[in-house]
Amino acid sequence: MLLEKVTTPEGAATQPGRETFVLNLGPQHPATHGVLRVKLTMDGEYILEAEPVCGYIHRMHEKMGENRTYAQFLPNTSRIDYLSAMHYTHAWVAVVEKAVGIEVPPRAEYIRVITSELNRISSHLVWFGAFLLDLGGFTPLLYAFDDREKILDLLEGITGARLTYCYYRFGGLYNDVDDAFLNGTREFVPYMRRRLEMYHKLVTDNIILRKRLEGIGPISAELCRKYGATGPVLRGSGVPADVRRTEPYSVYPELEFDIPTYPEGDCMARYLVRMEEMAQSLRIIEQALQKLPDGPYRNPKVPKTIKPPPGDYYFAVEAARGRFAIRLVSDGSEIPYRVRLRTPSFGNLSLFGEAVRGMLLPDALALLGSLDLVIPDIDR
Amino acid sequence: MNPDLSSLETAFEGLLAAVVSSGSETPAGPEGGGPSCPPSGRCAPRVRRAEFGREGYHLEVQLRPDQVVEAARIADRFGFSIDAVTGVDWIKEGEMEVVYDFHHRLHGWRLVIRTRVPRQQPELPSIHKVFPGANWHERETHEFFGIRFLGHPNLTPLLLPEDATYHPLRKDFQGAA
Repeated sequence: MLLEKVTTPEGAATQPGRETFVLNLGPQHPATHGVLRVKLTMDGEYILEAEPVCGYIHRMHEKMGENRTYAQFLPNTSRIDYLSAMHYTHAWVAVVEKAVGIEVPPRAEYIRVITSELNRISSHLVWFGAFLLDLGGFTPLLYAFDDREKILDLLEGITGARLTYCYYRFGGLYNDVDDAFLNGTREFVPYMRRRLEMYHKLVTDNIILRKRLEGIGPISAELCRKYGATGPVLRGSGVPADVRRTEPYSVYPELEFDIPTYPEGDCMARYLVRMEEMAQSLRIIEQALQKLPDGPYRNPKVPKTIKPPPGDYYFAVEAARGRFAIRLVSDGSEIPYRVRLRTPSFGNLSLFGEAVRGMLLPDALALLGSLDLVIPDIDR
Repeated sequence: MNPDLSSLETAFEGLLAAVVSSGSETPAGPEGGGPSCPPSGRCAPRVRRAEFGREGYHLEVQLRPDQVVEAARIADRFGFSIDAVTGVDWIKEGEMEVVYDFHHRLHGWRLVIRTRVPRQQPELPSIHKVFPGANWHERETHEFFGIRFLGHPNLTPLLLPEDATYHPLRKDFQGAA
């Protein structure tokens, strides 16, 4: 952190005679998990104003969508939120499938759900490790990454990639799953349950963690609504909103799972929501493995060139960080006319400036970590 | 089918009817000067039930640029949450479309509000007072399309460099030198 200037910005001082200063958090700082800069106007240890400065790794994915074909844009979708790539690819293939009218075989839908939920767990594990690292606990990161590596190995076996999977295709999947993946996933579910139990014993009930998180950084459901915050941030404010349930897609309606919510709205609530979501994802994976039907993994009748009829299409999925939606405008050609990516981290970060006002700096870092930001997801 | 969705529909129809009648008396444009309805006529105000399974939203409202704040208030009153604000450059028609996406967190409704502004004078009021989350989305739409949101407190680039003067998502953008 760097002291930028010791002056009093106009209108920032709360009391006459009090001196305020501007503190730069980032753009290179471990607590921002990527190249995000937050300009903090401080009164001692208290934050008066916080202004996130984004765009350091902006890549203009939306323009890239306008100069390549529908299939060529597929790899881009894995690179927006690299921790939650399956969900993003899912949104892209689904919006195109709906627009063109491509049927997806049930086996493919079930495998999509299994891999998406595995991806959700691996994403939450990164958050778990990194969040506790922000709070000063180093060891959990090593445990979390150890578990995550098991998921990455499973997914690498069928997709060939550790993070940027690009596994879904229009009308199905890149290839079928093999026995190694199915058996490995079956073994992983009880293993991860035991690990989650251990995490709860070691971490959740830790008095230092509770003192750092309970009552810190309260975010109300109304604030989330006004800023468009979604996902675990919203569910940590007591709203049972989940795209998998409210706007069902794929085969989620056929699977049983709960939407964990906590009404407190503090950092602890967001922590608990994500911890429980991992358990719910395991539940979904278990059921999907049981119900996994035989049959083709890809619709053989998908046209070679994808040309959706002219129109405006929209599709949302529940990614690990919240609601990810794609607006696709087609002019009937084989190149999209407009691709709009509505990313969850963008909405979740936009309320930070209002939520953090008046907080202590160390608490603000806890709040920032509890939002689970992925910076390329904001900058696109 | 859903009684609440029809009440939402009625609310928007009421808004359109009210402004259409007042608009006929005062033919002046939204921000003074500009045409009240761009030449393509696609901005003809209407409320449409969309085909959710294919298009992905339930209700689509097309209105004039000066109606967006009131429309956002209606969405707010019905408990909608803001999804995104974005633009589409219809260069052949000389217009730019501004699209507001809303979703309802509990009922799962999706609402789209559309309006069109002339490409020569892309201006419309900001809705950041109704939905503060629109602040960043409008900044993004401004930098990518050059659409000006009147009354916005800080219309500076969000993702592009702070000295950027180009608008990359305009269809006539030729790429950085």
